Amino acid sequence: MTFLTIDTISKSYGATVALDDIHISLEAGGRTAVVGPSGSGKTTLLRIIAGFETPDSGSLVLDGKTLADDGLLVPAHKRGIGIVSQDGALFPHLTVADNIGFGLAKHAAGRDQRIAELMEMVELDGIMAARRPHQLSGGQQQRVALARALALKPRLMLLDEPFSALDTGLRDTMRRTVARVLRASGTTAILVTHDQAEALSFADQVAVLRQGRLVQFGPPRVLYNKPNDRETAAFLGEAILLDADIAADRATCALGLLSVERGLKAGQATIMLRPEQIRLTTTVSGAKTDGPVGRVDDVEFGGGNCMVLVRIDRSDRAMPDFLSIKCVGSEIPEPGDLVRISVHGTAHVLAD
Amino acid sequence: MSATAFHAEPASALRRLVTAARGRSRVPYLWVTVVAAIVSLVSLMPLGFIAWVTIQTGWETASKLIFRGRVGELLVNTALLEVCTVPLAIILSVSLAWLTERTDLPGARLWSWLAVAPLAVPAFVHSYAWISLVPGLHGLPGGVLVSVLAYFPFLYLPVAAQLRRLDPAIEDAAASLGLNPWQVFFRAILPQLRLAICGGSLLVGLHLLAEYGLYVMIRFDTFSTAIVDQFQSAFNGPAANMLAGVLVACCLLLLGIEALLRGGERYARVGSGAARPADRRQLGRLVIPALILNVATVALAIGVPFVTLTRWLYIGGTEIWRIDLVGSAFGQTVVLAIAGGVLATIAAAPMAWLSVRAPGRLQRIFEACHYYVGSLPGVVVALALVTITVRMILPLYQTFATLFLAYVMLFLPRAMVGLRTSIAQAPVELERAAMALGRTPFQAVRQTTMRLAAPGVAASTALVALGITNELTATLMLSPTGVETLATKFWSLTSEIDYVAAAPYAVMMVLLSLPLTFILHAQSRRATGQ
Repeated sequence: MTFLTIDTISKSYGATVALDDIHISLEAGGRTAVVGPSGSGKTTLLRIIAGFETPDSGSLVLDGKTLADDGLLVPAHKRGIGIVSQDGALFPHLTVADNIGFGLAKHAAGRDQRIAELMEMVELDGIMAARRPHQLSGGQQQRVALARALALKPRLMLLDEPFSALDTGLRDTMRRTVARVLRASGTTAILVTHDQAEALSFADQVAVLRQGRLVQFGPPRVLYNKPNDRETAAFLGEAILLDADIAADRATCALGLLSVERGLKAGQATIMLRPEQIRLTTTVSGAKTDGPVGRVDDVEFGGGNCMVLVRIDRSDRAMPDFLSIKCVGSEIPEPGDLVRISVHGTAHVLAD
Repeated sequence: MSATAFHAEPASALRRLVTAARGRSRVPYLWVTVVAAIVSLVSLMPLGFIAWVTIQTGWETASKLIFRGRVGELLVNTALLEVCTVPLAIILSVSLAWLTERTDLPGARLWSWLAVAPLAVPAFVHSYAWISLVPGLHGLPGGVLVSVLAYFPFLYLPVAAQLRRLDPAIEDAAASLGLNPWQVFFRAILPQLRLAICGGSLLVGLHLLAEYGLYVMIRFDTFSTAIVDQFQSAFNGPAANMLAGVLVACCLLLLGIEALLRGGERYARVGSGAARPADRRQLGRLVIPALILNVATVALAIGVPFVTLTRWLYIGGTEIWRIDLVGSAFGQTVVLAIAGGVLATIAAAPMAWLSVRAPGRLQRIFEACHYYVGSLPGVVVALALVTITVRMILPLYQTFATLFLAYVMLFLPRAMVGLRTSIAQAPVELERAAMALGRTPFQAVRQTTMRLAAPGVAASTALVALGITNELTATLMLSPTGVETLATKFWSLTSEIDYVAAAPYAVMMVLLSLPLTFILHAQSRRATGQ
């Protein structure tokens, strides 16, 4: 069942097109991430859904109720949509408890109890209740903001880069907490982020925006392994792009003969491999090998994961000079080593 | 360590401060500290004077002079004036600030300039304009009307600046939690304006206590008018001094109330990164009442003085522009103002330097001295200096030295504000970098800090100079015989009800004060990065 329908929404600021004909439908209870580089229009989309901006055209329907359509506009405070912004936007003049209870009626029965429940839900210690926002750490502020937005049991929760101001370690913890809380409360959520790793791990649907256009929408695995174009491929992770000849479900390229998806038409194309599909095995000069061989030019040590820069030796095609390949700690070759390059899985043929 | 423990050993605190400071750079902090201490001690003189006079008068005489009907009357007048004026000024300035900063009011930028412009008209010129237009205006209603119009910009400036600084994400959050626009204003925006409203109200309240000329013209008795009356009839009798004591108590009470209301809370934006500039709310049909409010305020606060002055100038024709009189008053004013401005800036410099480069408890105490004395009415400072010079160092009585001392004491806080921000813009790292690149400490200071602080120093001097231009009470009481500034000349002419001849002086004061409004407006814009 469709819960939120964003239909042909467009928005321009003067000559700048922020959103161009966006169409997305979301299921109830799901978590969707909207990713894109800065300036791609993702925050504008979020603000239109929240009701802080008016779309130039298009319509917005939440749970069967039209929020925005030609001429009709439900104001933000009547939408029942929760929002958690980048730095929490806590009210600096109120305590943590009053921040969380801000949307609840002042003298409602069970208000204090509800606040305590919410604090527990977002894993905030009860002693924090009397504190002021500036006495909290960044992570705690985000927990308060989340609890505050959850207090009204919103039908939809908007997360506007809520983790980007946090340290790396804290970011992961917070992401897991938020995902768990949202799942427990059955709240549909939209996360806006420029961090592709965050989007892929948090969401069950990912929308990629670029220059105001929706370029791809689908489950994270599909987007990562089968991006539509090279920009999306590069945006969602490191990608190795190679020219190839496609024939009979096989691609001939600098790395030899690779299998591709079935049923593609033959001809010239660009294929994409993720670095983790490639293995390097140390070999010696003159040894008999059935794949391409390269020489290690440089190794960038990075603890668990190391980047190995390989120069392809036997190159009879147009090829990038170097390949950057991720290696796991225990099997790192040394600079100068000769390595055999093998490819696992199928290569993805890009549409363009 | 508690504050009392500190008071017990100021000498060791001074030593600590100096050693701590010395470790940072070779600039002689010791001498800066000593000079700042001397300036602070001197600026405490009026308070010491009040205490000394009270002791000398003896409790019996003092209580007879304080607990009498006249003082009670003045207290009631003062309280009524404060209670009526301050809330009205708050409502007016918050409405104007919100309209000009956060709505799509047509010409918002222009209206925001016009809301600061009344500062260019000295308060006693405001009342002169009103008396000319409505001769029957007097008493509390007249006093409140003119006070609100003359002083509301002191509230408008900080409130507007704070509104620009607010993070709009907070308003979005409030709306997403189901608050309608009115509720958002009262529950999310207004509480965050508390500090600005407290600070601005304090400034307005202190001006109401200190102002003399405005209330004399509008025939409303306050402590300041009563003290000058006493002073003029009995020179420096204990009666005037005791009234000054009560007035100082009123000032301290205001400062205390403000500190209490302000509380120790932090209202700054929580979080990192730059806030998105706020959206302006669409007024829709409310644009008509909004424009009416702005037009009415401007008409009353700027239109009335403008119309009256124009009328008097027209009636007076060219005859009232006596170059020997107007020109001489203008020249004397400019010289006094610039000299006073430079002196006050020099006196404030050590303190400003310390507060940026070696902040600490001792420095905060120095600063409090400046601040509290700066909030004392000119009439108290003048009375103190008259009494001290007459009783102890008569040759200094009615000399430029005393007059300048009064100016420095009155305007030290003004000089501090600009100086401190400009020194803060020149971080000590730049000096260190310059020294690392081979400059001597003196060259380093001259080529980095002094260069970067120069505009702020100029602005401080200008602010003080403009204050002196419009200063009336202390100048009346202290100026050497024969010295006539624009303000005192204007005053003596209006006292003779020669409103026509007074007009050119008022016009000159307004023209000289116009830059003040530009500086203040620009400063508040720059403070918020706009």
